[in-house]
Amino acid sequence: MVELLAVEGLYKHFGGVVATDRVDFAIAEGEIHALIGPNGAGKTTFVHQLAGALRSDSGRISFGGVEVTHTSFDERVRLGIARSYQITSIFRSHSVLDNVALAVLARSGSAFRFWRALARETALFDEASGIAAQVGLQTKLTQLAGRLPYGEQRRLEVALALATRPKLLLLDEPMAGMDPQATHGIVELVAGLKGKVTVLLVEHDMDAVFKLADRISVLVSGRVIATGAPDEIRVNSEVKRAYLGDEAA
Amino acid sequence: MRRALTLALLAVLLAFPLAAQHWGQMFYVGFATRILIYALAVTSLNLILGFGGMVSFGHAAFFGAGAYTVGILMAEGVASAWLAWPVAVLVAALLSLVIGAISLRTRGVYFIMITLAFAQMMYYVAVSLRAYGGEDGLTLPGRSRLGAGLDLSNDVTFYYIALAVLAVALYLMRRLLNARFGQVIQAIRENETRMEAIGFPVYRYKLTCFVIAGAVAGLAGALIANQNSFVSPNLLQWTQSGTLMVMAILGGVGYLWGGVLGALAYLVLEEALSAYTVYWQLGVGVVLLAVVLYARQGLASVIARLAHERSVPRG
Repeated sequence: MVELLAVEGLYKHFGGVVATDRVDFAIAEGEIHALIGPNGAGKTTFVHQLAGALRSDSGRISFGGVEVTHTSFDERVRLGIARSYQITSIFRSHSVLDNVALAVLARSGSAFRFWRALARETALFDEASGIAAQVGLQTKLTQLAGRLPYGEQRRLEVALALATRPKLLLLDEPMAGMDPQATHGIVELVAGLKGKVTVLLVEHDMDAVFKLADRISVLVSGRVIATGAPDEIRVNSEVKRAYLGDEAA
Repeated sequence: MRRALTLALLAVLLAFPLAAQHWGQMFYVGFATRILIYALAVTSLNLILGFGGMVSFGHAAFFGAGAYTVGILMAEGVASAWLAWPVAVLVAALLSLVIGAISLRTRGVYFIMITLAFAQMMYYVAVSLRAYGGEDGLTLPGRSRLGAGLDLSNDVTFYYIALAVLAVALYLMRRLLNARFGQVIQAIRENETRMEAIGFPVYRYKLTCFVIAGAVAGLAGALIANQNSFVSPNLLQWTQSGTLMVMAILGGVGYLWGGVLGALAYLVLEEALSAYTVYWQLGVGVVLLAVVLYARQGLASVIARLAHERSVPRG
């Protein structure tokens, strides 16, 4: 197993609340690694720390063998760590195509250019429309992102992260708030990423998690209490007790 | 259609001083020049306020810095516009780099307050410049010298220079807004966190935008010093920042022509109302209220709605 991301003793507290409690964790190159845990377990905080949106109090994060603990959010994106948001964060008054094009623009050389109209840079938009097609939005390119139905906004959310061409994709509850049919669509989308990009999938939908994940880690009260293949996690008594409540064990 | 309108407007503006001369209304040439200069200052504020989403309450600092640079250089015997104006731009740019580098670490109300605080510091610096008039300000011996047979002390010539500077600035701003940089700036205004999350070093873009706006405000300051042949700490006072902001809101925050329309509307109102009452600001206030209530995006938005198109098209 080649580790793409390795975390050692990662720690973060907010006042008296410990959100991430000395977590040791690793994601292997090419896998879909699910992170599950009850509400308030600290999953989103952990994603923030990996992405660089939040500074960690202590511990180390290394990515592809390079330490990135103190690397800024945007720099980590350029290194290959991209994230999606649990609460949809898109450019609502831009079209779908413009949304994705911005993310393509971010990695296509300097944007400190003041003269040539962006609209003339067709290569950028061609690439963006390809990525939009990858998430099934090819017929919505000219629509305003803010006017899309919720399910399609969630797809655009993933497309923005994908458009940065990440090595590691952090998906924070991509199926949040979706009906079963739309959820199925996202499951297919994530399944299609397998082998192309390494994925950390934070998700509450257990059917989706067990269908997609190569390995699962369980986060409870800021600690990873188990990591293993889906079958191992399913029968792990500690996980059942912590995650499903005492009666289930 | 838009191009035709722009050219027609330009033709009117080019003919204006000749008409004024013909009818013997030279006062209005000076007045129009003032509008052009303020239009430039408000346009620069609009770049950060309207397009960059940075609500700076300290823009007068850069305007005043440009004006004082020209004033002080002239008092020291440097009257060449070719030297004084670029130095004014440079001083304003450096000042905005320092103020921006610190202020842009903050957000929202804190950003408003810290830019205001910096501008007030500059105001007191100007007050303390005893050698250059202190509180009373500094009267300039004349206007900058341009050479090439152009005499800036001629009001008509100076009008044309101000018009040329504004036209070039608007054209460059339009290019910038449609180019990569401008599109990035506008996307940051819309969703800053997401811009970071797709890999843009947001702070650097905002700071660059802030410095460009400061530099242009400095150039406007250099022009106003010439127009008034006088500089005083009033140019840097917080009320001046407020006036620039009111003009921007009146004209249309986030519209290319917002700065021009705002300066025009405000100064014409001031001129018209102050003929009747010393309480002309009350009238301006009522108009501002009406605009904020009924045309929230400012006058430019009304015109754009009538013309069925946004002033800065994408695509």
